[in-house]
Amino acid sequence: MGTVITPAHSSPVTGSQLLPSPTPIRFLDERGNPVDEHQGYQEPDLGLVVEAWRRMVVGRRLDTQCSALTRQGRLAVYPSSRGQEACQVGTVLALGPDDWLFPTYRDTMAILSRGVEAHEALGLLQGTRHCGYDPQKVKVAPQCTPLATHALHAAGLSYACGRLGEPTVALALVGDGATSEGDFHEALNFAAVFRAPTVFLVQNNRYAISVPLARQTAAPTLAHKGIGYGVASEQVDGNDVLAVLAVVQAGVARARAGEGPSLIEAHTYRLEPHTNSDDASRYRDEAEVEAWRQRDPILRLEAWLRRQGALDDTRAKAVAEEAEEAAASLRAALSEPAAPDPLALFDHVYAEPTAPLLRQRAWLEAKMASLSEP
Amino acid sequence: MPTYTMAQALNRALRDAMEADQKVVVFGEDVGALGGVFRVTDGLAASLGEDRCFDTPLAEAGIVGFAVGMAMRGFRPVVEMQFDAFAYPAFEQVTSHVAKLRNRTAGALSLPLVIRIPYGGGIGAVEHHGDSSEAYYAHTPGLRVVTPGTVADAYSLLRASIECPDPVVFLEPKRRYWARAELELGPGQGEPLGRAAIRRPGRHATVIAYGPMVATAMEAAEAGAEDGWELEVVDLRSLSPLDIETVCASVRRTGRAVVVQEAPTFCGYGAEVAAQVAESCFHYLEAPVARVGGLDIPYPPPALEHHHLPDADRILDAVAGLQWEDAR
Repeated sequence: MGTVITPAHSSPVTGSQLLPSPTPIRFLDERGNPVDEHQGYQEPDLGLVVEAWRRMVVGRRLDTQCSALTRQGRLAVYPSSRGQEACQVGTVLALGPDDWLFPTYRDTMAILSRGVEAHEALGLLQGTRHCGYDPQKVKVAPQCTPLATHALHAAGLSYACGRLGEPTVALALVGDGATSEGDFHEALNFAAVFRAPTVFLVQNNRYAISVPLARQTAAPTLAHKGIGYGVASEQVDGNDVLAVLAVVQAGVARARAGEGPSLIEAHTYRLEPHTNSDDASRYRDEAEVEAWRQRDPILRLEAWLRRQGALDDTRAKAVAEEAEEAAASLRAALSEPAAPDPLALFDHVYAEPTAPLLRQRAWLEAKMASLSEP
Repeated sequence: MPTYTMAQALNRALRDAMEADQKVVVFGEDVGALGGVFRVTDGLAASLGEDRCFDTPLAEAGIVGFAVGMAMRGFRPVVEMQFDAFAYPAFEQVTSHVAKLRNRTAGALSLPLVIRIPYGGGIGAVEHHGDSSEAYYAHTPGLRVVTPGTVADAYSLLRASIECPDPVVFLEPKRRYWARAELELGPGQGEPLGRAAIRRPGRHATVIAYGPMVATAMEAAEAGAEDGWELEVVDLRSLSPLDIETVCASVRRTGRAVVVQEAPTFCGYGAEVAAQVAESCFHYLEAPVARVGGLDIPYPPPALEHHHLPDADRILDAVAGLQWEDAR
């Protein structure tokens, strides 16, 4: 049942204990009204929810800005996570500073929310670097493009941390399409067998580029896949940040307490096309998109926060201005065409460049010098 | 002096590396209590601890991907793929992550891990147990590919591979696991990775071999000597990077070269060696570089594998065809 992630297992786990809640955990309905569908999960601290809201507002503005920058050629490509703000931010806020995040290409907002500088976070999508930040420094693995392959890295890293006596948890973000990949299943299995402190969060945004969920799985939910591996599983309304926070926090706490990995399916929706170069009208109806706009994670949160007295027009305006400033500084950070050093292409293939690499480097250097001669 | 088989030398290398560095961990399928299907990890779990040498679920991508994560946090995993063809499920992890993570992060992350793969045929095994998969790995920038041809090298190259800051695909010629040599093994016998070795000097032609074919090349050189041919045998040891300097220095002395591989000849590793020799030694060559390899067929059933595998006669036939009639 739905409380499985919360309590410690003192006795052998039965299969039914691993199953997710029959309906997604949520605290708020689509209009921001409180609902009693949270199966005993603890409502997150109000201060944390307000912080989540702030980051979601800023995150959406940055997401919009990134999409705009593709049209100006400043970004090579941008896979938007508009509509998935509660997942992107709620996940990051549930992690401690020493925990590791293993993101995909669609999780730039999560990386920015983790505090990675925009010009570093966007290295991959600028097309100038494969990873613009130092993963060891920010505890964020490089954005992973081959689906689900990084889930195994999260399992291995968190297991290694456990062996070193470090209370580190690794959280891997994957999409619905990635749950069909073999590595997703091997990662769940390895994490469970080695009791690695890993949380796997599936952002089920209903489409793997164009292919709908029904073509990925015949399972009742993606969260049901956990039981086959002995992994405690849960499903959550991914557009309700209270629910995302509560369930991910429980999964992180469970992992940190040595109770093993968990699988969380967050039901959400990608409001934008797969990337700026995708045409979503070829595979989904505008009516469907419109229905999901009505379930917007930010609007419902704002309605609730206002009723809680935690948000007013002054605060909303201040954060809107903060978001504009963040967008402006992102534009500024990317205003100059990035000029990566071509000679650095040879520097990190191996710890030390091989003789053929040094020859190719010298060739490229000479070619560049000849091109720059008047 | 003690006698070791190649499998025992590899076992000793693992043991010595694990004793020297607590971060070295060995895992894979059947490597624990069983000691590996070829007994290369024999006794490691029992004597060094089940957390140092342990069995995993039967999933090769999982093994390699898990090793990537552990290496990101400072461990030095040495993982075993049970057989060459059983390593293919891990190919994506190897090519997309193991080979690229250092480069992807501009050196912020390194992956000092070793992927041990028993490879090649000649042991009478059924399908999927005899592939020569070296070209797949050698073609991937970011990987080092190492293969020992002798018992002594099995020890020293595996020690060096485990100490290497780069990921190493360590290909073990399984038909030579039972080859024996009398020798002392221990620390201080490390060889720098990336150097070829001249196994036998000769002045008439250079036979370039690696892994399982080193012994075959030596056999050919012995037999050739009876017919008056003095063949120089070069053991590449490292396929990536390739020590082309040692190869070319030999070819410039002899003027003729035969490259030997067990793998199917088409697009094989030997083609790269032949091309580089031709590019670097053209004016020293008395004949085109010859290639000797397996047939261009999927690995045959064991009853027919002797037709596929290059032997000393096939190498000597290639030597005989090096246009001696035009010798200056």
